Amino acid sequence: MASTKIHAYYDDDDVLMHAVKEVKAAKHHIEEVYCPFPVHGLDKAMGLAPTRIAITSFLYGCVGLAVAITMMNYIMIQDWPQDIGGKPSFSYLENMPAFVPIMFELTVFFAAHLMVITFYLRSRLWPFKKAENPDVKTTDDQFVMEIEVHDDEKELTDLLLNTGAVELNVIKSSH
Amino acid sequence: MASHYEAPIRKPLVVGDKGYHDVTVDIAAPVEGKANKHWWIVFSIALVAFLWGVGCIIYTISTGIGTWGLNKTVNWAWDITNFVWWVGIGHAGTLISAVLLLFRQKWRMAINRSAEAMTIFSVIQAGLFPIIHMGRPWLAYWVLPIPNQFGSLWVNFNSPLLWDVFAISTYLSVSLVFWWTGLLPDFAMIRDRAVLPFQKKIYSLLSFGWSGRAKDWQRFEEVSLVLAGLATPLVLSVHTIVSFDFATSVIPGWHTTIFPPYFVAGAIFSGFAMVNTLLIIMRKVCSLEAYITVQHIELMNIVIMITGSIVGCAYITELFMAWYSGVEYEQYAFLNRATGPYWWAYWAMMTCNVFSPQFMWFKKLRTSIMFSFFISIVVNIGMWFERFVIIVTSLHRDYLPSSWTMFSPTFVDIGIFIGTIGFFFVLFLLYARTFPVIAQAEVKSILKSSGEKYKVLRDAGKPLYSIKKNGAVRYTVLEQEEEAATTEGEGTLGQEPVLSLLGSIGSFDPESEKPDDLKKVKGIGPLMEKTLNKLGIFSFLQVSKMGDKEYALLDSLTEAFPGRAQRDDWAGQAKRFLNLDK
Repeated sequence: MASTKIHAYYDDDDVLMHAVKEVKAAKHHIEEVYCPFPVHGLDKAMGLAPTRIAITSFLYGCVGLAVAITMMNYIMIQDWPQDIGGKPSFSYLENMPAFVPIMFELTVFFAAHLMVITFYLRSRLWPFKKAENPDVKTTDDQFVMEIEVHDDEKELTDLLLNTGAVELNVIKSSH
Repeated sequence: MASHYEAPIRKPLVVGDKGYHDVTVDIAAPVEGKANKHWWIVFSIALVAFLWGVGCIIYTISTGIGTWGLNKTVNWAWDITNFVWWVGIGHAGTLISAVLLLFRQKWRMAINRSAEAMTIFSVIQAGLFPIIHMGRPWLAYWVLPIPNQFGSLWVNFNSPLLWDVFAISTYLSVSLVFWWTGLLPDFAMIRDRAVLPFQKKIYSLLSFGWSGRAKDWQRFEEVSLVLAGLATPLVLSVHTIVSFDFATSVIPGWHTTIFPPYFVAGAIFSGFAMVNTLLIIMRKVCSLEAYITVQHIELMNIVIMITGSIVGCAYITELFMAWYSGVEYEQYAFLNRATGPYWWAYWAMMTCNVFSPQFMWFKKLRTSIMFSFFISIVVNIGMWFERFVIIVTSLHRDYLPSSWTMFSPTFVDIGIFIGTIGFFFVLFLLYARTFPVIAQAEVKSILKSSGEKYKVLRDAGKPLYSIKKNGAVRYTVLEQEEEAATTEGEGTLGQEPVLSLLGSIGSFDPESEKPDDLKKVKGIGPLMEKTLNKLGIFSFLQVSKMGDKEYALLDSLTEAFPGRAQRDDWAGQAKRFLNLDK
């Protein structure tokens, strides 16, 4: 089955934003937009769902805190309680102030690293991953909007040219 | 867009007539160009210093800590001084990238990348000192709470030294991922500009395949914000914990509750001074004056002035508290600092840290590049003396006058310190030649609000953009979906000559046959294999049927290594593989 998609190139973020809004208003589905830098409001204009990565970070932080508390309790209170400087290790609660630094550091450690790992995996970023931007210009100064064509090629190219695309690449693939 | 508005009173952060592409070119230039003579000279000096330091470290480890100038009374000196000095310098990077991000300070974008690099490189230097001070650095992992052969003997989690292990390692690793995540789009920019295959490969690897999808950017911004939110308390905790190394002890001069805020302010103070030292040189060497402007230097000088004043307040508070406490030991410790045998160190610290930043009240001085550079060096020296004064002058007069002594460093102490400075500059110089030293993606995102080009347009009442409706349309036909890379100009494949080639060697039916690993044939690399696959050649059987006519046809089609197939006798080799399979 043959499929056609259009890569519309833009050279300005404001023009791109207008174009995205117009294309959305004309009820076309935008497959993807490749940008050289973050364009604020683009995700909303495209209709992308908000990211939940901050929530994962909070949860990872909770895990880190739990790990720290469990570890401190086991090591310092349960397994080998010592009397250090006249301050015996009888109960976790009483000795807790000395463990605050570790509890804090492990919370941050877990929250930061696991969030970043989640981000890399969800966005498919890792060493030896091949880049998938359609044109090298998309990391320099141009934006590419990718739209699937469904028997409305003429209408769509006209619309895109009207929104100020500097270049259109109509890609037909047969397979 | 409303978000591009900025009050006209604000001075441009990117000066000159810079558009998006200009930013790319300017920031890629130091990476793509060749190092000049000055770079090589400074790099050689740094490398020699580093190697000298390595020699001194090897001598220390093979002979013992006795090679240092430590004695029974002054049992902590340059090692911990250097450690605290380096950790402190590191703090500015995180402060710039995290705290200024939370405060939405756009001027951070020109300097955050290098400041974070400085953080990572200086924390590496700091981390060296505790490890070599262990005497047996190969046992450094003993600081980790791991089950061991000594029964259930654990590390002491009540000790600030162990808190330090956790604080510094968390700090180093979180700073590293923060830095690297920010680097991905910029590495991608260099990757997509790279001409040489080797560079392309390296930057592809470093950029983790960043493609810049809208969703990626949405996550990227959220991750940056959350990391900034995590790094802000983290950076404050790190120097707080470093100050606990002293504050939780009972040594007069160390046992002070003011230490945590005082150390944090001092860390930011010294870190900004180091950022100024590095960037004043780098903006010149890498021709980045349009991005790291005098305004940036001025703002950093103001931070130096404020934190220097906080440090000055802390010094005076310390003196007051010593007097007010009525504790004779405390009073003596501070009197001895100012008037004892180490008076020169104390007054060097006071002059450099409290007095010299006050010049920054004058606009003329804080916008002078030469003067800023001079003061940044003075502050770095002063902050080293601060740690030396706190550590050595508090120890050298202990409770027993018979053991009072002085400290004199040996050449090993000095050598290791110089070695870490060399190591730091080796890393920073390599970084400046291979990394995008300015967060170009971020700079591009503020170009419309804060770039001079657009400010001028806005002030003139002209639009910042125009919608042109005469874009070009081109058509691309793809044979296979994954061939997006070869969209243009490769119309030869899948046409007349290919058909005649396949006619003579037989076609390959992917349904019934299994493709062979053509790379086994000497002379066929992964690239050539791809080309052959594209032509429809997948099996040894096809290759084995090739003769002179087919070779010539192949050469004309691929235009790579003419005569190669003949020389290597691909057909003969393929026949052998065919026979092996049977």
